[in-house]
Amino acid sequence: MNTNLSMNNIVDWTTTSDLVGNVKVDQVGVLDRVSSLATRSIKRESKLDALEKIVSMCDLTTLEGEDTEGKIIQMSSKAMSPDPNDDNVPSAAAVCVYPALVSTAKKIVKDSNVKVASVSSYFPSGQAPIESKISDTQFAIDEGADEIDIVINRKAFFEGDYKKVYEEIKALKDVCGEIHLKTILEIGELKTYENIKKASVIALCAGSDFIKTSTGKISNGSSREACLIMARTVREFESYGYGMRGIKVAGGIKDAKDAIRYLVIINEELGGSWLSSDYFRFGASSLLDDVLKQIKKLKTNAYQSSYYFPRG
Amino acid sequence: MNNWEYAESIESEKIVKIEKKYGHFINGEFVSPNSKKYLDTISPSSEEVLSSISIGNEKDVDFAVNAAKEGLKQWSKTSPSERSKYLFKLARLIQERSREFAVLESLDGGKPIKESRDFDLPQVAQNFFYYAGWADKIDLAWGSEISKPYGVVGQIIPWNFPLLMLSWKVAPALATGNTVVLKPAETTPLTALLFAELCDEVGLPKGVFNLITGDGTTGSELVNHKDIKKIAFTGSTSVGKYIQKSLAGRDVGLTLELGGKAANIVYNDAALDEAVEGVVNGIFFNQGHVCCAGSRLLVQEDIHDIFISKLEKRMQTLRVGNPLDKNTDIGAINSKDQLDKITNLVNEGVSDGGELFQIECELPKNGFWFKPSLFTGVQANYKIATEEIFGPVLTTLTFRTPDEAVEIANNTEYGLSAGIWTEKGSKILWTADRLDAGVIWANTFNKFDPASPFGGYKESGFGREGGRHGLLSYIKASS
Repeated sequence: MNTNLSMNNIVDWTTTSDLVGNVKVDQVGVLDRVSSLATRSIKRESKLDALEKIVSMCDLTTLEGEDTEGKIIQMSSKAMSPDPNDDNVPSAAAVCVYPALVSTAKKIVKDSNVKVASVSSYFPSGQAPIESKISDTQFAIDEGADEIDIVINRKAFFEGDYKKVYEEIKALKDVCGEIHLKTILEIGELKTYENIKKASVIALCAGSDFIKTSTGKISNGSSREACLIMARTVREFESYGYGMRGIKVAGGIKDAKDAIRYLVIINEELGGSWLSSDYFRFGASSLLDDVLKQIKKLKTNAYQSSYYFPRG
Repeated sequence: MNNWEYAESIESEKIVKIEKKYGHFINGEFVSPNSKKYLDTISPSSEEVLSSISIGNEKDVDFAVNAAKEGLKQWSKTSPSERSKYLFKLARLIQERSREFAVLESLDGGKPIKESRDFDLPQVAQNFFYYAGWADKIDLAWGSEISKPYGVVGQIIPWNFPLLMLSWKVAPALATGNTVVLKPAETTPLTALLFAELCDEVGLPKGVFNLITGDGTTGSELVNHKDIKKIAFTGSTSVGKYIQKSLAGRDVGLTLELGGKAANIVYNDAALDEAVEGVVNGIFFNQGHVCCAGSRLLVQEDIHDIFISKLEKRMQTLRVGNPLDKNTDIGAINSKDQLDKITNLVNEGVSDGGELFQIECELPKNGFWFKPSLFTGVQANYKIATEEIFGPVLTTLTFRTPDEAVEIANNTEYGLSAGIWTEKGSKILWTADRLDAGVIWANTFNKFDPASPFGGYKESGFGREGGRHGLLSYIKASS
């Protein structure tokens, strides 16, 4: 089944086009499954296990105009040791920053487990020529980024030019080479489940290592329904022999309870093999603190205030 | 691997109080049985005895029917809006105590708590709310000048949805001004007994709702009682036939909701992942103890392999075990008898040549359990392709064209429900037009609403429950 797969895990356009044309997703079925999985009751040791996994899957993120080196240093050191009072709490997966701040973050995390991810490709709108997106991405890589988070070209998508969407991602994948590529679909703009699935297929075919829900820059960022659809697309890809790809959910995942529900979706739709930072990530700014509090609560039975945890 | 096991999350049994022994509920109070005979009701997930219930004999039934006759005098003088109030009160009380009912239902019947909590109980309350609303509008329902209740109605309900079936029967019967003698199934009487307590609590006039417990002999006495004006039965087709024979030549109304062997038709242009979910829900919901279960999977031949592979993977994630664990998807088989029946049919399917897939899972030591099962390579003449198994067993058949799908779907003595899976709206309508089934779901399955009538064609029975049509089962309308 691997015949359509070239270097860099890229599926050729003819096959991609067929897959996109054959996308089917039923809204009622998606909603039913998501609400049914939301009733899973995660308690005690399985909750602690989940919470620690979530910490290790967090991409600690700041993507603001006001970001400074000081802020990035603070956040990066928090990513390396989210709870300095508890050695069992793992480090976060990565810090996610703008290209201009990659080198600052890299200086702090060095060769630790914590990766530096950079957004690029004229994040968050993607409204720029491909040459600019390529140089944006190349810059982040030159600065030392381990991972690149790009956005799909929604302009082209809504104009029906799926090939352009595909070609741009493919071109950026070429720039990345071995560097981990996460492609943001911006599901809040795509709106329909069919669009989300089509965009997932295009992004995966074009060689993305991860597909990601949102930039976090619009109000309806992530949704569990989108996560389910993306998980099923990833599952389909693996069944075609195209290898294991990952998912990153970002944008509006506010607390530990919500994050656990995402984890349940991945666990039941994709299975335990996907439950590591290699294949599942959370884009997080405020989420991490709630998860740390819940871990403390499970271990000590006391719900602590935010000031017990270091600022990020 | 990064396996993530869900720890047990058990709903507490402490919320329910079960008496050691129960009498019948007749004329507004619990009375000891004339028969002096009792039978144990056990928990099918542990085989632990929960309680003893009375077995009603001829005299017990006579006592209950007479109480209902007396009750009718008062009930027929009660204004429709007053009747409505009692039903609203019952609905609210059921909501308030839904956790208690849900735990009791799962203990006594073996169904997963997530189903009794999220499906059965909300539906039960909705049914009472819905028919409470109809009570003072019945003359409007059929544009009829005169609509009279039957009088004393005998109702016999099954063990798969004990309280839900009670609500389907009792709510419309009382709303339309009948009085009731209800007989719950022998393996699942406890929620009906708790419901009787609520009737007392809301001050329902004596004799309006009477409950008589027991086995098949008790039901038979009820059917044959001379003062019964109407029988409503939900259960197996064989018992339904017996009741219809017994009532032939008598002026007794009858509605029957019987078995099914529903086709769940998956076309090659369906959204397959969602169809897999629907097929799983269609057959494994309530351990397959569902008369409208989608027990025959009809899958278009060209997608057979990919669909079955997806289905088997999904089935493997089903969690079988303690019904009171909130994460259980598949609970216990309702009784030893039912387990034996399922086992025999499945064995026969294998020896006929069917290919059996069962999920890998550990079953609890005590209690009655059956692994979720899927048959492929089945021919239309195998027993598993025609007979209702009433368990977590799905039988697969294939078709080539829509015509052939319809032909196979209708090639059964039953006609209760069906499912259609395709992204094409026109194909849904074309197919639905040609299926002989009382309920047809498209791109979903097992969806219920009190406003929607439910009932079968052919040997699946006659009469409708739910909705405006459901009123007709309990009134005689003329103009």
